[in-house]
Amino acid sequence: MIELKGLTKIFDTGKAHLTAVDHVDLSVPAGEIFGIIGYSGAGKSTLIRLLNGLEKPSGGSVEINGQNITAISGPKLRKARQKVSMIFQHFNLLWSRSVQENIEFPLEIAGIPKEQRRLRAKELIELVGLEGRESAYPSQLSGGQKQRVGIARALANDPEVLLCDEATSALDPQTTDAILDLLVDINKRLGLTIVLITHEMHVIRKICHRVAVMEGGRVVELGEVLHVFQHPQENITKRFVAQVTETEDSAETVRHLREQYPEGQLVKLIFVGDQAEQPILTQLIREHTVDVNIVHGNISHTQRGAYGTLILQLKGDSAEIGKALAYLSTHDVQTEVMGDA
Amino acid sequence: MLETLFPNVDWPNMWEATLETIYMTGMSTLFTFIIGLILGIVLFLTAPNQLWANKIVNWLTGAFVNIFRSIPFIILIILLIPFTKFLIGTIRGPNAALPALIIGAAPFYARMVLIALKEIDKGVIEAARSMGATTWTIIRKVLLPESKPALISGITVTAIALVGYTAMAGIIGAGGLGTLAFLDGFQRSREDVTLMATIMILVIVFAIQFLGDFLTGKSDKR
Repeated sequence: MIELKGLTKIFDTGKAHLTAVDHVDLSVPAGEIFGIIGYSGAGKSTLIRLLNGLEKPSGGSVEINGQNITAISGPKLRKARQKVSMIFQHFNLLWSRSVQENIEFPLEIAGIPKEQRRLRAKELIELVGLEGRESAYPSQLSGGQKQRVGIARALANDPEVLLCDEATSALDPQTTDAILDLLVDINKRLGLTIVLITHEMHVIRKICHRVAVMEGGRVVELGEVLHVFQHPQENITKRFVAQVTETEDSAETVRHLREQYPEGQLVKLIFVGDQAEQPILTQLIREHTVDVNIVHGNISHTQRGAYGTLILQLKGDSAEIGKALAYLSTHDVQTEVMGDA
Repeated sequence: MLETLFPNVDWPNMWEATLETIYMTGMSTLFTFIIGLILGIVLFLTAPNQLWANKIVNWLTGAFVNIFRSIPFIILIILLIPFTKFLIGTIRGPNAALPALIIGAAPFYARMVLIALKEIDKGVIEAARSMGATTWTIIRKVLLPESKPALISGITVTAIALVGYTAMAGIIGAGGLGTLAFLDGFQRSREDVTLMATIMILVIVFAIQFLGDFLTGKSDKR
């Protein structure tokens, strides 16, 4: 669906050259929710703007649905943009237009007759759950409602790709989740390919199938979200993963836990995918004569399964503890002993 | 009552002069609005990183606006006498005042248009581009509606300045309340005529301000 080859963007700021995007190769299949995460200045905003030709690349190519976006301009590019729509961090609605009129705007651009525009806007208002607010102005809406208008507006011309530019970064956590649910719903219902950029791992975890981590204009890590959570390679990726899992790895936390639970052995288990849903603990307790005390636990649900960590205190005969650990490892659960008592 | 307070005022004359002032202000405001709007949009769109980024056009338009905005109006009228004569055929009467009024006020309004357009959120223009809008569509459906309150309050200020300009144009025989106050009031030492002309000008100014505020408020949905 989307093919990026050697995509590069260099900004010429007079004296210095700034390489915002540096030879990025990516391929996003149709129907995927693809996330790009990075800190500000990583080049992700520029990258997403290269996808709909808002920025012209210095090198490389962008191909969407077989059409080379970088090679076209004028009316052809404007036509192509109607199929690659975009939502924004600050919504970018026209304050002078009502909800209905904002949603009709892209349809006016596409030259759709008035009556059809009205009908289509009505459908979209229902799709995003804004019934009854048709004639409200953006200033009368909450952030979440504004983004719903943004989404409805982006869907107006039946796009093939939806680009999300930090679409939830200006929203509170609860509204963020509601908007993310809406995006997943749209992705499933309309089969829309979604590319989103964000600096929040929570967003990646919650809705993305695959993720690319960007740093200094380059993609430094790429993979299935679940896999990246499980085996983050780069330091930057580890930091992003730590945003959503607890930071129980830090030496300080381990020491603190040891002080609180001086007896037995502390073990950290990492569950991924299916195992997270199996009753491994029950089996562990039934088959081994150890006392199990749950010290800490959390689980994160991603689009392709769950990812969880659990810290246990195992008390009892050291031989039995050894057997218990062996049992866990046969069940593909990553086990880490956090130091002896 | 009016007769005793304003013994020297010739009311039909006063009324005719008022209508001339309204005519000059109205016509010059209309053309100032159109020309100023075009100049302002050109200034905005040809600025660096804008849709029609063009250094030469931007510089030329900017120079034109700055020069004509800087020339004192009373001097501008005199400088424009040959131009007015060529365009209107005479340098007397309300119509003869129009070229100078418009050329004096349009650059002033163009600056206000530029300020109004700069206030528009860049993201909204980007959103329109991302939907495949042409520049013409962006001007019509984004730039103008989104800056409407500022455009209206700007033309209100300009129209009020134009009332003042018409009075100055009156000195060289444009007609209207300025001519009346100068010739009948000042030169013949009839203070009551000057006072009455001033009152009429104030009424016009207040009416413009009221109308402008009303329209600005009505168009502002923020």
